[in-house]
Amino acid sequence: MLKKPGDASTLKLSLWRRAMNQAANAFAIGAAVLVIVPLMAIFVYLLIKGAGALNWAFLTQTPKPVGEAGGGMANAIVGSGVILGIASLVGIPMGIGCGIYLAEYGRGRFGDLVRFTADVLNGVPSIVIGIAVYSLIVLRQKHFSAFSGGIALSVMMIPTVARATEEMLLMVPNNVREAALGLGIPKWRTTLSISLRTASAGVITGCMLAFARVAGETAPLLFTAFGNQYWNKNPNQPTAALPLQIFTYAISPFDEWHKQAWAGALILIVMIVAAVAAVRITTSRGSLKGAS
Amino acid sequence: MGVGIEVRGLNAWYGKNLALKSIDMTVAANHVTAVIGPSGCGKSTFVRCLNRMHETIPEARAEGLVKVGEMEVYGDGTDPVEIRRRIGMVFQKPNPFPTMSIYDNVAAGLRLNGFRNRKQMDELVERSLKLAALWDEVKDMLHKKSGASLSGGQQQRLCIARSLAVEPEVLLMDEPASALDPISTSKIEELIFQLKQHYTVVIVTHNMQQAARVAEFTGFFLMGSLIEYDKTEKIFTTPADKRTEDYITGRFG
Repeated sequence: MLKKPGDASTLKLSLWRRAMNQAANAFAIGAAVLVIVPLMAIFVYLLIKGAGALNWAFLTQTPKPVGEAGGGMANAIVGSGVILGIASLVGIPMGIGCGIYLAEYGRGRFGDLVRFTADVLNGVPSIVIGIAVYSLIVLRQKHFSAFSGGIALSVMMIPTVARATEEMLLMVPNNVREAALGLGIPKWRTTLSISLRTASAGVITGCMLAFARVAGETAPLLFTAFGNQYWNKNPNQPTAALPLQIFTYAISPFDEWHKQAWAGALILIVMIVAAVAAVRITTSRGSLKGAS
Repeated sequence: MGVGIEVRGLNAWYGKNLALKSIDMTVAANHVTAVIGPSGCGKSTFVRCLNRMHETIPEARAEGLVKVGEMEVYGDGTDPVEIRRRIGMVFQKPNPFPTMSIYDNVAAGLRLNGFRNRKQMDELVERSLKLAALWDEVKDMLHKKSGASLSGGQQQRLCIARSLAVEPEVLLMDEPASALDPISTSKIEELIFQLKQHYTVVIVTHNMQQAARVAEFTGFFLMGSLIEYDKTEKIFTTPADKRTEDYITGRFG
């Protein structure tokens, strides 16, 4: 039977409903806070531990020999930038291409195989990827390099970018594709200029996630970029990277180096946040009012 | 100017399921032709075969003779992309490109086909929006607002303008007003009446009054066959086939 408003039982129901609503709200807010707390805690801890060692020299100088005070991680900061640049240049186009294949063409057996491979690759420990790239590239070239480091990181980016691109393209309503095809726009053009553009916000998020994930990776770089204490402008030579430098300094017995490792970790996080924020700002500038 | 359409022995399948059975139909140039019939009778499939949109659905195929003007739609070496450029289509649900501005929506067909002339593009966009009776409502926010921010009726007129911008010879409309309120519907109907001066229009509709209002010719489809095709007046007053009569008098469907 339908309850009339003002009925005693309706009142009870609405009280119960209101309580449930409040509980659900509280749960959602609590979960959101739980996400922010660890990040803030890490950041504050890094500030406390690392800010002391942070100075102009840290950002502009290369490491000093053992026992000498001062010096910095400038070469590692630049090296990380170079390696991540190579990783993004290789990994993002390949990942997006793979995602387009999966969403627009990959309905058959081969598509399932690619999807399965991507998911497995996503779960392969990063050190294993480092060893694989070491034996495929470094052993053949007979030297470590920023290239091989970038390739190792790009291999880690591809499955994340590919699956994110696929998911986002599948969310583009089919009638948007039909509209484009109906205008006499070729299929490839429709995919790149209409479907991918419609999905771009999500695809960019996927790329940023992949980038942020590999930016802090140390293990795949141990056997590939290797690290370096000097300025190195040739990406075909061993190159320093922040995570490597942090690792080396953190396991050293020197107090001075421990402090620098904290500062390096702080810089690494700031770099990732800055990169993600920069991409977000530049890509959201063109968006329109009312765009869905 | 519009061109006529000649259809002979057109069959269409979804997988193994035969959806259109040997359709013969002649559509007059610069007239409005309505296609009516109950749900699932193949009327949407029919218009989607005319510009080869049918085959974009997995496992769907069609064969037969379709001539639009001098163009053999299913001829050897006919490029479906070229066909679709010359035969525009408006869909049931308004489907503007969600991330594009109003201007970019209308210009999309030109731009993505390699059209570059800025000034001519401005003119074509303005002309198309005027033809679609939308210009006065959007002229001050062409670049500021997204196509998706418009109302449903405006969105459908935007989609019509987008189809007109590539200057097709034929315009296919698949239930263009079925998702719209009566006021928007009457605007679209008025528009269809204007459009036949420049284009040949084929419109699928669920609404028999709509067919009677806008179309000179009407074809009645039932279970994949074209039962009767004649002047609209004839179909609605003295149909030759019993099944047509049953349908238009509301005895089934």
